[in-house]
This record gives sequence, structure tokens and C-alpha cells, in this order.
Amino acid sequence: MLRDRRTLLSMIVIPTLVMPLIFALVGFVSFKVIRQARATVPAVMVVGGEDSPNARNAFLAHDKVRVIPTVSDWKQLISGKQVRAAVELPPGFDRALERGEAATVKIYNYDGEMRSSFAVDEIRRFFAAYRETLITARLAQHGLPATLVKPFEVRTQNVAPPEKVGGNVVGGLIPYLFILLCFTGAMYPAMDLTAGEKERGTMEAILSSPVARVDLVLGKFFMVLTASLGTVVCSMVSMLLTVLVGGVLMASPGGVANGARGLAGMNLPTLDPLGMLAVLGMVVPVAVLFSALLLTISLFAKSFKEAQSYVSPLIIVILLPAIVGMLPGVELNARLALVPILNVSLVSKELVSGVWSWGYLALIFGSTCAYAAAALALAVRMFNREDVMFRV
Amino acid sequence: MISAHALTKTFRDKKRGEIHAVDKVSFSVSGGQIYGLLGANGAGKTTTLRLLATLLQPSSGTATLAGYDIVREPARVRARVGFLAASTALYGRLTARETIQYFGRLNGLDDAVIKSRTAQLADELDMHAFLDRRCDTFSTGMKQKTSIARTLIHDPEVMIFDEPTLGLDVMAARTIVRFVRDCRARGKTVVYSTHVMSEVEKLCDRVGVIHGGRLLAEGTLAELRAAYRETDLEEIFVKVVGAGPQVAAPVPPLLS
Repeated sequence: MLRDRRTLLSMIVIPTLVMPLIFALVGFVSFKVIRQARATVPAVMVVGGEDSPNARNAFLAHDKVRVIPTVSDWKQLISGKQVRAAVELPPGFDRALERGEAATVKIYNYDGEMRSSFAVDEIRRFFAAYRETLITARLAQHGLPATLVKPFEVRTQNVAPPEKVGGNVVGGLIPYLFILLCFTGAMYPAMDLTAGEKERGTMEAILSSPVARVDLVLGKFFMVLTASLGTVVCSMVSMLLTVLVGGVLMASPGGVANGARGLAGMNLPTLDPLGMLAVLGMVVPVAVLFSALLLTISLFAKSFKEAQSYVSPLIIVILLPAIVGMLPGVELNARLALVPILNVSLVSKELVSGVWSWGYLALIFGSTCAYAAAALALAVRMFNREDVMFRV
Repeated sequence: MISAHALTKTFRDKKRGEIHAVDKVSFSVSGGQIYGLLGANGAGKTTTLRLLATLLQPSSGTATLAGYDIVREPARVRARVGFLAASTALYGRLTARETIQYFGRLNGLDDAVIKSRTAQLADELDMHAFLDRRCDTFSTGMKQKTSIARTLIHDPEVMIFDEPTLGLDVMAARTIVRFVRDCRARGKTVVYSTHVMSEVEKLCDRVGVIHGGRLLAEGTLAELRAAYRETDLEEIFVKVVGAGPQVAAPVPPLLS
């Protein structure tokens, strides 16, 4: 097996090197892009406000935006991403404020564009503060305290332990990855050991040996299972290493750490290591299920190519429940605990957040084992069918 | 020794209905004999041999090989039979030596036995030059020699060869024919299927002509020549097959 480049690639190289590299790269790039966008002072324009020097000058003095001279085609410049946003002061804005009349400040933006939305945030922040200064000043004129219009403050604070936050952020992603790797790890050897052997003509040779068919199936099955779990373990180890190394890198230079802290929800999630091991435990019967199922299906095929055409669409079938498990709001219950793959995906989300529902764990482990045993029994039956083994 | 009694194999095909791939085939081969199974493509040779090697289960009838019944004791039969299928191939990423070793282990042999058997087979089949090379670099002849060696690693009493010289050059084919003859000399029971008439004439003690799943004629070469009044085996074959299954009365099998 180790002389086979394709197996090596799918079992060891991709999960250990390529996957974390991709993650690290995507993470690094998006982190950098966001940080750069945050660091750049957005260029904005002011439309109107020539008759309102107070508001205009206060805005021009605001150092979180860079006001550039207004041109007539400012709307095109926003669409062309050359200017992030524009703010329009209504005619007679200063005067309206003095008289206490209603007035509307308009902000023009590029909806959905990240850097434009940063600029809008900044403009809103300025005008909110400007409004507050005005209110406080007016209240003071009448000898009233500021708390009259703002009797209390609202603040949010996270009390969930960091691993629970991590569980919710990446908890869905990890079982999804494990399930996917579990499948892809089993895929190639399962096809090679069945359809591949038929195609090469080595199947008849091993069938003529005195080894019982059940033993042959089990031999093939354990090989596929080893590859499947091997892929998962390799990827888990490399993922842990990536997180560890990444954590050290993120923590050491002050600038990067500050940048990281500035991004809401981008705190490096911590995962319960015991929970991760439990996820691995839950994935074992899934790997058994996949291995037996893949063996059975690809046994029908006469050639490796035919097997591929049967197996490839299965990836979607496998991924669907795993993705549903990732969706927010889908929570584990007794009925979902019996749905294969989805149940493991859901319970894994809990496990990495340090939640242990023993009843569900037992139910899920038990039901997945039952499905796996059924799949294995089916594989053995197929191996005993002449029309499957000698399909022409 | 082999003795087949009314071996029958029926397949069901959606379009063609029931197909009698092998239809009440009976024959016997004793130790130190080579039995030639002669037939065109699709005549039922391969199915007959697969039945004997217990890869397929007969629909009715049975056979005993080396004293064991193919239906009741298939594992025992397999342990005493070496079956070289026509469509056989090798694991390209293993060397010849590793291939032979792998099949030795599948047959439950220990490594010391495998080692000495491998050396012996490599001598007989002239394989030493490529024993430690990977099979995917082999010529057809080298592949076939390796296949034969891995088929016979457990020194079986009964040997079944399905068209072993197919696609080989003259030299490689000669080595294999000589090797099969040596097996007979050592008292092995050999079934040899082919459609090459000259090989049958060179090798076989008895010949069975199979066509449409039925054994239409059987006997020693001399008996067949006498029965069909022809000296050339090819002419005999055409006569037998041309007569068709509905007319031909098989030569009564002479039990040895």
C-alpha cells in the first residue's frame, strides 16, 4: 500500500499538510485583509453642508475618516470603490439644529462591501457622538443632568467559558471535517480492493485461495477502516499542531494580537481536548459504516471507473447531514439521535464545547454501531453472491 | 484426482432467459494425467473450471477433487487445488517474490516453506532474473510465470490451468508447456483448457471437447481419431462441434 502514491496522497499528505495549509492560508489572508481594511482610514466625501460650518468642520476634524474634496460624480466613485462612502448634510443643517427642528443626515454607501461598511460605521459613530454633545449642551443650558435622556447604559459581557464559545464557532466544522475525511480516506482503498481487484484480475486469484470469503471481506474491511481512521487521526494531529503553532504565532507579536482582539468573534477558539478525543471515538463507528458501505457499493462495479461513478455522488449524501448539523439552531433530540451522520455531527458540536449528554451519546454510539454492523453484514453477503463477484 | 458428475451451471439473464453455461458435464482425471478441455470461446470451459475451483457453486451435480466434494468442502478443495485463471493478473506494486509470498501466506504456509518453494519454482520456471522486480514492469511471459508460481506455491495435488499460454511468445509458451509436463511426471492431476490444438496434441493424455456447455466428445487422442476417422485434431474438433449438441452422441466416457 505504501508504494501507492494515490493512497499516500489521500490518506497522509492531504489531511496532514494540505488541509491545515489551506486553513492557515485562508485564515491568514482574511485576517490580514480585514486588519488592513480596519487600519486604513476610509476616504469619504461630504455632500452639501456649505451653509452649516459647525457640523461640517466638526466632521472634517474627525480623524477616523479622511474627507476628500467633493466631486460631482461622487456616486460613481462609491460604486467604483474609490470612495468608501459619502455623507449628505441637509441644507440649513446648523440652523435647524439651533432651532430644534428635525433634520436627516444621509449616508451613501456600497452595500455589502466590507470597507464601505467600515466607513459607514465610522460616520455613524461620529454623528451619534455629535448628537450626544448637542443634547448634553442643551440639557446643560436648561440646567438638567445628562441622565435625563439616557437614564441607563446597556452593555453585554460574555460569561461562557472560552471552550464553549469555541465549540459554537468551530464545533460544527470539526465533526464535518472528520466525517468528510473519514469518507475520503475510505473511498480509494475500498474501490481499489473490490472493483480495482476485479479490473486487474487479482480477485479471482484470491478467491481461489483456501481463505474463507468472510475472512477475505473482513481483511479488506479492516484495511479500509485503517485507512479511514488513519486519515482522520493524521488530520486531527495536524489540526492540533496548526492551532498550537497558530496560537503561539498569534500571541507573540503584540501588533498581531491587538489586531486579533479588535476583530469581534475572531478570538482564537479553544476546544475541549477531551471532547475532541470523544469526537474521535464517535467517529469510529461512522468509519466502520462508511468502510462497509463503500466496500459493498464498489464491489458491484466491474472497474475502478465504474466504482467512482457510484461513489462520487455519495459524497453529497454524506455531506448533507453533516452540513445540517453545522447549521445554527439544529439541536440534538431523541429522533435526530437516530439519523446516521447527522447525529454524530450534532453530538460532536456539544462534545467540543464540553457538554456531555451521556444518554444521547449512548444512543448515538449504539445506533451508529448497529448501522455499521448491518452494512458489514451486507458486504459479507455481497461477497458470497456469484452474480456480484463475477458480473459480466 | 478429479471426478465430475453431471456438473451443471445455469445463469439467469434478463434478456436471454436461462443460460446453461455448463450442462451435465461428467469426466474424470487421475493422478499423473493431463486432461485437455478443448473448446471455442464461450463454450463453457472457464465456467467448468471455476466450478471445479469452487469459485462458483454448481446449480446441480457435483465433483470431487483430491477426495473432497466441491459443494460440501470447498475450503478443503481450494487448499489442494492450484487454479490459474485465464483473466488472472498480478499486483503491479509487488515484486514477483512478494506476490508468491503473499499467496503462500493466504494458503497458510510458513515463511520457511514459502522460501524454499519459491526457490524451487523459480528454478523450474526460470524466474531468477526478475524475482525481485516489481510486476508492473514485466513482459507477458514473466507475468504468466509469476502467476503460475503463485498458483502452485502450496504444491497442490490438482492443477487447473485456464488457457495458460494465451498471448505468450514461443519461448515462454514452451517453458510453460514443459513445466506442465513436469507436473504430470510428479504425479499431479492436471486439467488444461485451451483452444490451441497443437498444445493438446503435445500435452494431453485425454481430451474433452466442450461446446455450448456440453461435453460432446471425450477420450484419448487415439480414441478420438478412431471414432471420427480423422488424424488431425482440428478436423476432429470441427466435426464434433459442427455436428452440434442436438445430433452428437458423445463418445462414452471411458473411466480409468
